[in-house]
Amino acid sequence: MACALGPDPRGADGGHERPSWDNRLQYLLSCIGFAVGLGNIWRFPYLCQTYGGGAFLIPYFVALVLEGIPLFHIELAIGQHLRTGSVGVWKAVSPYLGGVGLGCLTVSFLVSLYYNTVLTWVLWYFLNSFQNPLPWGSCPLDLNRTASSPRTIMYELHSRGEACRARIQARAPWPALDGPSRVPGFEAECQASSPVSYFWYRRTLNVTADVSDSGSIQWRLLACLAASWAVVYVCVIRGIESTGKAIYFTALFPYLVLTIFLIRGLSLPGAVEGLTYLFTPDVRILQSPRVWLDAATQIFFSLSLAFGGHIAFASYNPPRNNCEKDAVIISLVNSLTSLYASIAMFSVLGFKAANDHGRCLDRNILRLINAFELPDQSVDRDDYAAVLTHLNATQPERVARLGLETCRLEDFLDKSASGTGLAFIIFTEAILHMPGAPGWAVLFFGMLFTLGLSSMFGNMESIITPLLDMGVTHRFVPKEVLTGLACLVCFLSAICFTLQSGNYWLEIFDNYAAPLNLMVFAFFEVVGVAYVYGVQRFSDDIESMTGRRPGLYWQVTWKVVSPLLLLTIFVAYVATLARTPLSYKAWDTQYVWFPSRQEKSYPGWVQAACVLLCFLPILWVPAVALAQLLAAHRRKKDTGRDRCPKL
Amino acid sequence: MRQNNSITQEHTRRSKAKADGENAFKVRLSIRTALGDNAYAWDTNEEYLFKAMVAFSMRKVPNRETTEISHVLVCNVTQRVSFWFVVTDPLKNHTLPAVEVQTAIRMNRNRINSAFFLNDQTLEFLKIPSTLAPPTDPSVPIWIIIFGVIFCIVIVAVVLLILSGIRQRRRMSKGPTEVDDPEDKCENTITIENGIPCDPLDTKGGHVNDAFMTEDERLTPL
Repeated sequence: MACALGPDPRGADGGHERPSWDNRLQYLLSCIGFAVGLGNIWRFPYLCQTYGGGAFLIPYFVALVLEGIPLFHIELAIGQHLRTGSVGVWKAVSPYLGGVGLGCLTVSFLVSLYYNTVLTWVLWYFLNSFQNPLPWGSCPLDLNRTASSPRTIMYELHSRGEACRARIQARAPWPALDGPSRVPGFEAECQASSPVSYFWYRRTLNVTADVSDSGSIQWRLLACLAASWAVVYVCVIRGIESTGKAIYFTALFPYLVLTIFLIRGLSLPGAVEGLTYLFTPDVRILQSPRVWLDAATQIFFSLSLAFGGHIAFASYNPPRNNCEKDAVIISLVNSLTSLYASIAMFSVLGFKAANDHGRCLDRNILRLINAFELPDQSVDRDDYAAVLTHLNATQPERVARLGLETCRLEDFLDKSASGTGLAFIIFTEAILHMPGAPGWAVLFFGMLFTLGLSSMFGNMESIITPLLDMGVTHRFVPKEVLTGLACLVCFLSAICFTLQSGNYWLEIFDNYAAPLNLMVFAFFEVVGVAYVYGVQRFSDDIESMTGRRPGLYWQVTWKVVSPLLLLTIFVAYVATLARTPLSYKAWDTQYVWFPSRQEKSYPGWVQAACVLLCFLPILWVPAVALAQLLAAHRRKKDTGRDRCPKL
Repeated sequence: MRQNNSITQEHTRRSKAKADGENAFKVRLSIRTALGDNAYAWDTNEEYLFKAMVAFSMRKVPNRETTEISHVLVCNVTQRVSFWFVVTDPLKNHTLPAVEVQTAIRMNRNRINSAFFLNDQTLEFLKIPSTLAPPTDPSVPIWIIIFGVIFCIVIVAVVLLILSGIRQRRRMSKGPTEVDDPEDKCENTITIENGIPCDPLDTKGGHVNDAFMTEDERLTPL
């Protein structure tokens, strides 16, 4: 098994000296920025809420210790030692494993495409936040109809939308959108759902009802896409020389904003209820294996392992750098950031739940007062229950005819969402009710943008560094051209996400392109280093770099625990995937239960695309291994032929 | 006698108000919601002001300039503060059609609201929808302005970075090029000492001694 120890004097750097970090802080911030991404904000709080609050932290930290930190240490150490990107590293470990590096490159490319599209949406919201009132606060007028409807009817209609949702939960049908209940004046779609959902699905995405209906390119999103790729290019233009400067801002700004949100959020009414509800541990949930599985998966994706980005970052380190300490520090910072972010988010979401609950009560009180001619403002929110029981006892039929909603704080606190729904629908609605809403919106979306941007740096480095090391372009071609070409290719490929069905395609990419492939590559990584390269040799390399030999914990996790854990979650993931039918939730205005999203199954060609996305990157591994086998076979045949004839 | 007459007239008018339900309008006030602690109590004087405002609105309609306060009837005042009112025409002894009253009220809604320190939401005429304000769209949407600013900054930054990169490369290429030349010749075995190749058979600058630094490097550039 031929392998190169130490840097190739001519090859990897192309003659130029390999660029290096200005200082250790830049390197740490880059890795932290890459690991801390949008998932820390909108995935971890959701998992915490779903899996028994504070109790979820136990499987989370167990998975961190058994799986996250060991894998992370491998990536940093091997990148720092071999001083080349992911493609070169795995080729150096074993020529038969060279496909792992190429696969990582492909996955990074696919992820960059849709990750920057999410940043495009964030940018769009950011640009729209500079106005008061915020555009997602009210429904726009439908100028084709007579614009004449009093605000109270609008208010009642919005509450009718809430009651509509209640009826949907109670499985009672609602008259279709074209029914006589429509009040002229405002956009029908907005009236039926909510201004926030309308702004997201119609004014931003302009989504079609079906994934096979692609619609047209949204020029507003296209412009924002160009802008966000231009921003990425400006920062990545000279590799780590430029990202190293930008990372000071993009990595630290989110922490500042999170602190501001935390301080503000804790002072809002209802925040404490939200936090207690979130963090109250439900220890029984730990008995379900699902929790442990999701914790392990979350740690894996949260640390951005198997992209090749950390290998690339570590390859620019000086050889004598303590990668062990780095691995522990960065993983811990990532997990603590998730925790910090969830506290900030849930204080604001608790405020939103309390606010919604209060408004629900107010609507009921208004109905009671108007129907029973009670004096204005005579019923407080606290008196409501007593007054209602009294009226129910005396005139139950009249009360029943009013159509009062059930207002329970737990129902509002239970409304959880993850992903884009949390950021663009729920949190934007929460911001609407905070005083000084445009300022908070600007801060929030600015934070999301810088969070995503620092992760994009890692993604782009995991594409560019291997390309540079492989010597794809001629020596005379400057690095700016290569990064420009990479950004241009990504931008042109990502245009498909600005179509009207782009959101559905993004979910497909998010669900199928990344998870399986990354788990497979991580498994090959850990097995490749522990068994093919050899833990002993790896420990020698680390000792030469840090001066200390990795202890028993590292040896055990590298050889036994992490591969087993990865295999388990891979198998469980595949099993869950095989059991759930391939379907998606469509925003269809003609749907009977609108604004509930309709569950549709993917058409055949889309299912084929899903399968392709799942397996194409993995195919690099057997392909390269086969090519190496054939080459070795041919070489053996050639040497055999040379030896045979004796002249 | 005259008093009895006027009382019976009032009664017939009131019964007319109840009978002609379709020409009557229900009004609902939420004074405490609007004014909080500065709320005034709703009494007969406020009712008188309301009747005066309605009569004033009707007077603005052509053919109805002779509407008097006494032509406006208010009844069924509740604690909520809500009541019904109707405008009568004493000459013809019937109530004015709802459409006329509606147009009159809509045209003077602002004046009526401000007389009571209320707005469209706190002084509700239950059958009269209020006109919505036209959308105040600026000529250029604000997001385009901010987008233009950001995009211009980014383009300028890209151009500056590219230019500075070109300048840097030109300065480096003007300096010692010996490190680059052997690479161009694609030779695999080069002995490099202190960054300068020990290749005496360099055909390019034959008489330059490569082992020493060049003059340019020793002097700091201007």
